[in-house]
Amino acid sequence: MSTVVLLVITGLGLGALYFLVASGLSLIYGLMGVLNFAHGAFLTISAFLGWEAGRRVSDGTWWGLAVSALVGMAVGALVAALTEYFLIRRLYERHIEQALVTVGLSLAAVALFEGIWGTDPIYTAKPEWLTETTEILGARIPNDRFLLIACALVVLGGIVLFLHRTRYGLIIRAGVENRQMVSALGIDVRRSFTLVFAIGGAAAGLGGVLASVYYGYVSAHLGSVLLIFAFIVTVIGGLGSLTGAAVASVLVAVLQQFANFYLGGTGDLVVVVALAVVLLIRPRGLMGKVA
Amino acid sequence: MSRRTRWQNTALLPVIGGVLAVVGLAVLPLLAIDVPGVLPGPTYTPGTLQLLAYAMLIAALALGYRMMFGLAGLLSFGHALFFAAGAYGLGMTLEAFAPPEWPGDLIFVVSILVTLVGGLVLAMTVGALALRVTGISFAMVTLAFAQAGSVLIRRNPGGATGGDEGLSLDIEHVPSALVGVVNTRNLYWLALAVLVVVYLVVLWVERSRAGHVAAATRENELRVRVLGLRPYTVKLLVFVVASVLAVVVGMAYLLLQSGASPRIATADFTLTLLVIVVLGGVGYRWGAIVGGIVYTILDQRLTALAGSDAVAGLPAVLRVPLSEPLFILGTLFVLVVLFLPGGIAGLPQRIRSGRVRHPLEAEEATDA
Repeated sequence: MSTVVLLVITGLGLGALYFLVASGLSLIYGLMGVLNFAHGAFLTISAFLGWEAGRRVSDGTWWGLAVSALVGMAVGALVAALTEYFLIRRLYERHIEQALVTVGLSLAAVALFEGIWGTDPIYTAKPEWLTETTEILGARIPNDRFLLIACALVVLGGIVLFLHRTRYGLIIRAGVENRQMVSALGIDVRRSFTLVFAIGGAAAGLGGVLASVYYGYVSAHLGSVLLIFAFIVTVIGGLGSLTGAAVASVLVAVLQQFANFYLGGTGDLVVVVALAVVLLIRPRGLMGKVA
Repeated sequence: MSRRTRWQNTALLPVIGGVLAVVGLAVLPLLAIDVPGVLPGPTYTPGTLQLLAYAMLIAALALGYRMMFGLAGLLSFGHALFFAAGAYGLGMTLEAFAPPEWPGDLIFVVSILVTLVGGLVLAMTVGALALRVTGISFAMVTLAFAQAGSVLIRRNPGGATGGDEGLSLDIEHVPSALVGVVNTRNLYWLALAVLVVVYLVVLWVERSRAGHVAAATRENELRVRVLGLRPYTVKLLVFVVASVLAVVVGMAYLLLQSGASPRIATADFTLTLLVIVVLGGVGYRWGAIVGGIVYTILDQRLTALAGSDAVAGLPAVLRVPLSEPLFILGTLFVLVVLFLPGGIAGLPQRIRSGRVRHPLEAEEATDA
C-alpha cells in the first residue's frame, strides 16, 4: 500500500512538471498551429537565470527560491514573447517553417547554454524543508513533490481563470475554436499570439526553476529531456486542450513511475507505447478537438 | 507531351554534370588537392578521406529524408531509427552470427542481407502504423518509435548494443579491404557508391508514377482520393524506400566509423537531418547533397575553429558563441529559414528570378 501511495504522489509531482511545460505547448499549438521546439530552451534559460538570481540573493532559503521562481517566470515570458515577435510572426501561417525556426533556435540555445554554463550539471541548494520527507499512509514522500503539485495547481487555476474570466482569455478560447471566424469579426488575433507565447513561456519558466528543485541540478539539457515528454503529454491529451494536457500529464507520469518500479525501469518505453496506442485508437488525443 | 520534349533537351546537361562530378569525386583519393580552411589536409590523406566519406554518407541519408519530406510531405522525426537499425543491426549480426564452417566473406554478405531484411520489416511495421495518422500526429508517432529505439539502445539489452559506450565493429568477418586506416580510400569509394546508388533510387522513385502520386498527395490528398488513387499505399512505399535507404547508409556508416554510438539514434540526429535538408533546399534533390556536405564540413571545421588560438584570444562575449559549432549552425539555420526559403540550392533560381520562392514551389517550377 505504502509503495502505491509513494508512486502515485511522486507521479503527481512529475506530472506537475510535465504539465507546466505541456500547458504552454498545448495552448500555443491550439491557437497558432505552431509546434514549439524552443519551449525546452525557454525552460532551460529560466532555470539558469532563476538559479543565478536566487543564489545571489539568498542561496538555499525560501526567499531565494521565491526570487528564483519570479525571475524564472519573468525570463520565460520575456524570451517567449521576443521569440514570437521577432521569429514566429515573420512566418505567419507557414507552420512547417515556424516549427523549423524553433528547431534552429533550440539547437542554437542549448549550444549557447553549454558554452556559458558548461556541459556538466550544476548542483543547486534548496530550502531545508524540501530535502526532508513527510509520512502519508506509511509512505515517506519527499516534500518537494508537494511544492510541485501546489505550483502546478496554482498555474492551472490561474490559466483557467484567465481564459474564462477575461476578455483576452475569451479571444484566445475563440481563436483556438475557430481562428478565421474571430478574425472575420474584426478582432486582431495576432495580438493574442504574443500573449499566449508569454503565458506559455512563464509557465515553462516556473517549470524550469521547479525542475532544478526536483532534479537537484541545472544543466543545458534540462529542457530537452522534459520537452520530449511534454510533447507526448500534449499529443495524448489532445493538441490545444488545457484540461487534456493536465489529465495526460498525470496519467503519463503515474504510468511512468509504476512501470519504472514494477516493470524493471521501462517507464520511458511504456510511455512511448501509450502514445502510439492513443494515437492509433484516437488520433485527436483524449480531449482534442476534431481536426 | 511538351514535358517529354523539354525533358529530353534539358536532361542531358545534368546527366553529364552528374557523371563528371562522380568521376571527379572518385579520383580524388589519387590526387593531392589542398583546400586550406575547408579540408583538414590534402585529399589523399586518410583524415580528409574519412571526413569526405562521412559527409557523403550524411548527404545520402539526407537525400532519402528529403524524398519523404520534400516529395511526399511526410515530416518524420524518426528517421534516425532506421539509420541506427542499419548500423547496430549489421554490427550485432556480425558479432552474434558466425557459423565456423562458413567463409568470412559469406558471413559478411549474409549479415548485410539479414540487416536489410530486418530493416525492411521494421520500416513496414513502423510505416504501416504511423501512416494511419497524418501531419503533426505522424511526426509524433515516428518520434515515439525512434525514442523507443533510442531508449532500447541505451539500455543495452543482453550487452548487445554496448549502451552509452557504443558498439564497436567486430572486424573478424569483414573483408580486409574495408578495415584499417590504410584502406580509408576503399571506404571512401564505398561511401561514394552508396551516395550514387541512393541518388539513383531516389531519382527512380521520384520519376515513377508512385512518385507523382506522392507529390500530388502532398499538395492535395483529398483530390488524389477522389481520382480513385490510394495515398496510403504510395506514402507507405515512399516511407519504406527512404527507410531502407537509411538502413543501407547506416551499414556503410558502421564500416566507415568502425562502430556506432547511441547518438545516431536520438531525436537530435533526425533534427540535424531536417536542418541539412532545409539548409540545402527542400525543393531540390541536389540540395540535400549540398546541405549534407556543407553541414558536415562546417560542423567539423567549426569545431576546429573553436579550439584555435584565434578564438581563445577573443573577449568572452564573442568567444563563448564562436566556440560552440552548434550555436553557429543553429543560427545559420534560423537565418536560412527566415530569409532564404529555397535554401542553398535555391540561390541561383532566386538570383535569376529576383523573387522569394516557397521551397516546395520550386520543384514544380523546374519540372514543368
